[in-house]
Amino acid sequence: MIIFSKTLLLSLSFSFLAGCSNTNLANTNLRGTGDLGVVIERATGSVSIVETTTSTTLARVNGLGDLSHASIVYSRDERYAYVFGRDGGLTKIDILKSKITKRVIQSGNSIGGAISQDGKLVAVSNYKPGGVKIFNSTTLELIADIPANYGDPQKDQRSKVVGLVDAPGQRFVFSLYDAGEIWIADLSGMKQGSKSQPLVTKFKNVGQLPYDGLISPDGRYYIAGLFGEDGLVLLDLWHPEKGVQRILDQYGRGTKKMPVYKMPHLEGWAMTEDYVFLPSVGRDSVLVVNRGNWKKMKTIAVHGQPVFVMARPDGRQVWVNFAYPRNDTVQVIDTESLTIIKTLKPGKAVLHMEFTPRGEHVWVSARDGGKVTVYDTQNFNPIATLPMNKPSGIFFTNRAHRIGL
Amino acid sequence: MVKNINLLTTFLLITLMWFVANVSYADDAMPIPRERQAELHNLLLQDCGSCHGMTMKGGLGPALTADVLKTRPRKMIEDTILQGRPGTPMPPWKTILTKEEVRWIVDELYAGITL
Repeated sequence: MIIFSKTLLLSLSFSFLAGCSNTNLANTNLRGTGDLGVVIERATGSVSIVETTTSTTLARVNGLGDLSHASIVYSRDERYAYVFGRDGGLTKIDILKSKITKRVIQSGNSIGGAISQDGKLVAVSNYKPGGVKIFNSTTLELIADIPANYGDPQKDQRSKVVGLVDAPGQRFVFSLYDAGEIWIADLSGMKQGSKSQPLVTKFKNVGQLPYDGLISPDGRYYIAGLFGEDGLVLLDLWHPEKGVQRILDQYGRGTKKMPVYKMPHLEGWAMTEDYVFLPSVGRDSVLVVNRGNWKKMKTIAVHGQPVFVMARPDGRQVWVNFAYPRNDTVQVIDTESLTIIKTLKPGKAVLHMEFTPRGEHVWVSARDGGKVTVYDTQNFNPIATLPMNKPSGIFFTNRAHRIGL
Repeated sequence: MVKNINLLTTFLLITLMWFVANVSYADDAMPIPRERQAELHNLLLQDCGSCHGMTMKGGLGPALTADVLKTRPRKMIEDTILQGRPGTPMPPWKTILTKEEVRWIVDELYAGITL
């Protein structure tokens, strides 16, 4: 009798385990990852793995630390997500198995990261200690450390690093917030397993307090936004020898500096064929800039201070979300008429938007609303609402094959 | 005798009520309702946390843990939240938060943030 019970117990626990492995996507069904994505749940240090074909949540992964201002890049096979946490945590997640493959605490305080052109290196930008660390993307073993030293070499002054992106030619480009510098780290000459250091090119005195950077989708131009003064810094990566150039001198906070309740994000800058759409800094408007000559051609008044200004993949619409306290709203700009064609209320504290690879849907996270809403971008109808725990950034796997993301 | 006790009780009750009333309305301020406290707590973790970190260990903005604040005067922290800090991204919150709300937030910071 006792033996029987034990067998029963065993078989029961076995079926329980089998039930659990439903979240193990690789075992249940052989499948691809091109329609998967990861949503950050910042309050609980967890992420949700989602699927864009069915607009559903598939699994949750816990144990990722402080995820305020977290971001993600993908391995080029779109199987692994690298999560950059605020607390210096770098976590590699196998999204097919929905589990952590490897996790390292690589600094005290970090802000974001990038993956190299060949997919073999992952770089993290750190606030404390300020600098960039570069890891083997398979093992997360440290390969190179680039401290962001500036000023008097005697003082060991280190700058916070922001706006880190990958660039063609196995390079990483980033800005030094405190130092007002832009650096290019070239890793093309580094041999596997050797102790060689990356080749670093420094551009000094580019402007006060560069707070974020982006790279154009073709990987040619790196642009940094300045918090301390007006204008933007442009670096032509085809011709770094020409140095940095100032563009859009009127872009910025202007003479009457308005408070900025959330820093605009540059990564989402919308570039269509003819225009670039930029979030104003501290003002309730989106600027339309001619891509050819970098001249402002229109100011579109919007609901609040814009944070993300993102183009649908076909460039026909630009979606905008806003800073606290006007952050319950999303507006859609038609890029032909340059007017607002729709205002949506996806919930309290809208933090991020992500388009499906070809743009038929957009996923919108409402942090305090505790949900992600999926909208049809053609008729603006909500298709699905996914309850989540303080969702923030949404990252789909097709980012794996885009320069700078 | 019974009357005396009643009188004494009444006197004590009145004294107590006067005391309670004065304590809760100190500084001419209405106490912050519990609902608003929850909103402020969320604001502190999530919105202040965007720059200072959800655990207040710092980010683009400086660390504001109870340990760090030990050596910082309260008045300076309150003023910084109300007025902002020119030359940095720290915005003034005086158009959004009342002085009492800022005081409540600073209390939370000095006590140490619990998630």
